[in-house]
Amino acid sequence: MAIIKYKGVGITGVAACVPKNISRNDNLGDLIPPEEVQKVINNIGIVEKRFVDEGTTPSDLCFEAANRLLDDMAIDRSSIDMVLFMSQSPDHKIPATAPLLQTRLGLPKTTACMDLSLACSGYVYSLSTAFAFASQEGINRVLVLDGETFSRIVSPKDKVNAPLYGDAGTATLVEKGDFGTAQFTLYTDGSGQDAIKITAGGARCPATPQSVVSQEREEGNFRTDHEVYMDGMEVFNFTLRVVPTSVKEALSLSENTNDTIDHFIFHQANKFMIDFFVKKLKINPEKVPISLDTFGNVSSATIPLTIASRMKEALLSQNKKILMSGFGAGLSWATAVLDLNNCHVSDLVEI
Amino acid sequence: MSLDNFITQLEEVFERDNGSMHAHEPFRDYDEWDSITLLTLIAMLEDEYSVTIPRAKFEAMVTIQDMFDTVKKLK
Repeated sequence: MAIIKYKGVGITGVAACVPKNISRNDNLGDLIPPEEVQKVINNIGIVEKRFVDEGTTPSDLCFEAANRLLDDMAIDRSSIDMVLFMSQSPDHKIPATAPLLQTRLGLPKTTACMDLSLACSGYVYSLSTAFAFASQEGINRVLVLDGETFSRIVSPKDKVNAPLYGDAGTATLVEKGDFGTAQFTLYTDGSGQDAIKITAGGARCPATPQSVVSQEREEGNFRTDHEVYMDGMEVFNFTLRVVPTSVKEALSLSENTNDTIDHFIFHQANKFMIDFFVKKLKINPEKVPISLDTFGNVSSATIPLTIASRMKEALLSQNKKILMSGFGAGLSWATAVLDLNNCHVSDLVEI
Repeated sequence: MSLDNFITQLEEVFERDNGSMHAHEPFRDYDEWDSITLLTLIAMLEDEYSVTIPRAKFEAMVTIQDMFDTVKKLK
């Protein structure tokens, strides 16, 4: 049972980078009829999102975010003991992307580097991994780089996915310090693997001439086998079932209540879903920051992007108790309860 | 769980007038049926009845009566 508690480790800084290119949802062309598009926008809450130029990768966005964070905090780069790169869009198949970022960021050869791969639950999982390493003797500072560019893996002719996803890269500094207990509860249900899936491009289904052809699928959507499929109904069923339950569990295990938590940061899947959680859990909506209106769903990077783009002011005062909830493909879901104390938040980087 | 009350809840989900939906009618035939209504419906069933309907069962439902029976069974 993955219920983990750490002491004396915390987040000291967060930064994010988004591309300058904006794609507006009221301009989806033929995909969604004009008379329906406003209803869709009102429900998903996503007005616009950012997308990268061709050739820009999640690691490029993470690099910019990390540079800004390390410069703003005046961190001696030789003091970074570990880099974790969380993404499902690595630069190459071999080598892993974290080593590329190590040399690009000018970090020393003493830095341990590795990639982690998960979808929307990824940030909470990668934080838990970073906290685990930073709890050990010999590792004081871990840089978590979490980025995704869904614009490259969503078919523009898929009305389920096209309005939802945006691109971003983020950097989070985790280090030893005077921190209270941080609690992580991590869950998985691999039997739901087909609910959100890109079938091709891995070892099981390598690329073939057919796999790269965009073909008509359910309800007139077009996709290649290298573009993401989502069964909206199954995903919705799953999240409504597990998220409120795991938030309640995390509150009770950490002896917190809705009142003792200052901010609930949910994965920015869509507004309808977050509204449901707020209502079901009877949370004060003012405690729930929203970034999806201008950035969409950025997969695992949504939580740090929400912190970087919406919470700079809120985190200026000391000792904020935060609950984070990530959930998505896998199926995988994770909840963290932790303190943010003197957490530096850099200004958003745009490239 | 009463059928009348269930239909009233569906009318709220579909944003239709009271009394405009009937048990024998196929719910996908209403003009308001779209992906957003589906999400609203799923949320209502989870919220009011703590029920999630697996896709296969959902595909098999045609009328409001079918939905009511399925929810009642799963409850």
